[in-house]
Amino acid sequence: MKDTVYSITFGGIGGQGVLKASEICGWAALYAGYHIKKSEVHGMAQRGGSVESHLRFGKRVYSPLIVAGGADFLVCFHRDEQPRLKAFLKTGGTDMTDFLDKVQEAIDDPRSLNTALVGVLSPKLPIDEGCWMKAIETVFKPAIVAENKKVFLMGREIGRP
Amino acid sequence: MAKKKKSDRVLLSGNEALAYGAYEAGLGVACAYPGTPSTEILETLAGFKEIDAQWSVNEKVAYEVALGAAVSGVRSLFACKHVGLNVAMDPLMTSSYTGVNAGFVIVVADDPGMHSSQNEQDTRWVAIYSKMPLLEPSSPAEAKEYIQEAFRISERFDTPVMVRMTTRVSHTKEDVALGERQVPPRPAFERNAPKYVMVPGHAYQRHIFVEKRLGKLKALAERTKFNRIEPGDGKIGFITSSVTYQYLKDVYPDASYLKLGMSYPFCDDKIKAFAKTVKKLFVVEELDPFLEEHIKTLGVKFTAKDPSFRIGELTPESMPDIVAGRAKREKKVAKRPPRLCAGCPHWASFAALKKMDAFVAGDIGCYTLACLPPTSALHSCLCMGAGVTWHEGLRKGAPDKKIVGVVGDSTFVHSGVTGLINAAYNQTKGVILILDNSTTAMTGGQQHPGTGLTIRNEPTRQLILEDLCRACGADNVDVVDPMDVKAFAAILEKRINEDALSVIVSRHPCRLLKRQV
Repeated sequence: MKDTVYSITFGGIGGQGVLKASEICGWAALYAGYHIKKSEVHGMAQRGGSVESHLRFGKRVYSPLIVAGGADFLVCFHRDEQPRLKAFLKTGGTDMTDFLDKVQEAIDDPRSLNTALVGVLSPKLPIDEGCWMKAIETVFKPAIVAENKKVFLMGREIGRP
Repeated sequence: MAKKKKSDRVLLSGNEALAYGAYEAGLGVACAYPGTPSTEILETLAGFKEIDAQWSVNEKVAYEVALGAAVSGVRSLFACKHVGLNVAMDPLMTSSYTGVNAGFVIVVADDPGMHSSQNEQDTRWVAIYSKMPLLEPSSPAEAKEYIQEAFRISERFDTPVMVRMTTRVSHTKEDVALGERQVPPRPAFERNAPKYVMVPGHAYQRHIFVEKRLGKLKALAERTKFNRIEPGDGKIGFITSSVTYQYLKDVYPDASYLKLGMSYPFCDDKIKAFAKTVKKLFVVEELDPFLEEHIKTLGVKFTAKDPSFRIGELTPESMPDIVAGRAKREKKVAKRPPRLCAGCPHWASFAALKKMDAFVAGDIGCYTLACLPPTSALHSCLCMGAGVTWHEGLRKGAPDKKIVGVVGDSTFVHSGVTGLINAAYNQTKGVILILDNSTTAMTGGQQHPGTGLTIRNEPTRQLILEDLCRACGADNVDVVDPMDVKAFAAILEKRINEDALSVIVSRHPCRLLKRQV
């Protein structure tokens, strides 16, 4: 395992599944054997406020917060939040928000936007597909696991280089 | 602790990890009133059938029940947010004197940056004030480890132990190793009036005990592995605690560290010894100059953060500025402000209040958000229960003005009810609106006596608010659905013009309750 620490900023507004998306990535990284720090602030999330979650994983991670200009990836679920969150992205980092329109077109249920976009992100991370599947099984209720796997894999296809 | 297999690792928040740690330590009783960022501690504990977990009506009650359980011989825990600890300060101060029997731990979650709080008090001072030991985990994995140590210290030194979390420790997730639950042998439950009856004569003897105990705890602070020296290149050294340690390690990986996990009593010798090993010493801590002020008294030379950093949360980005001695650069980030949910019944209540143009004495809950535009119909918010008591106070100076006190259902049970009794007893007139959405909505929908369900959603005796208000001495008690706009406005108009003390229970379930079913 390399010493690299991967930093991903997730953002959006309450009700979009921002925390769920970072949760999938966190578990996938755990199953892949990484040390994980994931930061979020809840309390106001349900009330339409800005929601933001930071995920970092690697061999050893200290800070749960990502510094401005320190994120390798930005995964934003709402256009209006993108300008604010863009500050987290490092030079040469990847803004997954660019895939937002494409993903929105491809999904039937707007509630699966978060899982789909995580799917788009997934090929860019050093985590095996099996770990992602296991993470989805961990994070979602049994009744909606199959549906989320499907949406995830669809996103994963979009994200493949 | 033995190294766990990878399969035993799970992703847990600091609050969840602390709960698992307490469970493994044989915790028997846990009490709290919900409050962000501490809420998930009890929610997680309630998932273990071996633990008697409860939502108490308020923090003072929770504290006393949990302490009583410890005295009866079972390891127990009280959890709260920083402002909640203020509510429990009365029993807390004297419990330092009575001590415990089985282990008793106070978990308090501070909220630097005030993500969802009315102030950002630094609870570490309470450790000095009450002469109790203070542990400060800096991550979820440490929260799990520290809570277990806290129980050991509590029993060994006959003291309540404070474990202080912050939002960034409580709500950070980390991969954490799980272990087996081990229940320690129960100490005997015995009568001991000189220890548990705090009349002046007994208390004097116990104060002697407390001072001696503090000396022993100081010796522990000097030798515990929780106060850890991490030697670095010796050019710069940091004395730090809590999540600030994690930020510094990222930014200055080669520096030397004295990481304080047990930050009170202070480990003076260790601090002095560490200071000698580094060329330039920094003390970096979030919020108040708690470590700073003490280390100054040791005659140790160091650089502390600019006082502007005492306000708000520290971030990894602040670290270079702090080391350079710069002041805080206030960032103006336009964040989407929270607001009442679409379809929230409180909108209707506040629409009526706004139309009436009353001064609205507010309280702590979702409805506090009604102070923001476009509603802008709530004009004060101090603490739990103050909607009722400010109403009384405001009327004293302005008896002719239209003043309405508002309070939520959960908050009314927490500390509004005593205010209502006071208002009736002192012949206050006016209108108190109980905004009853049948849940503790702000913290995510917890049960309370008015909902008739326990923390595990099991049916229990239900508190009928309207009966309680009548018993408190309210002249009129009406129950109205605020969504029935006409009827609601009519009752409000009628009651505000009467020379009586009226309670209107504005009852309509929270929008988010339906979604949870």
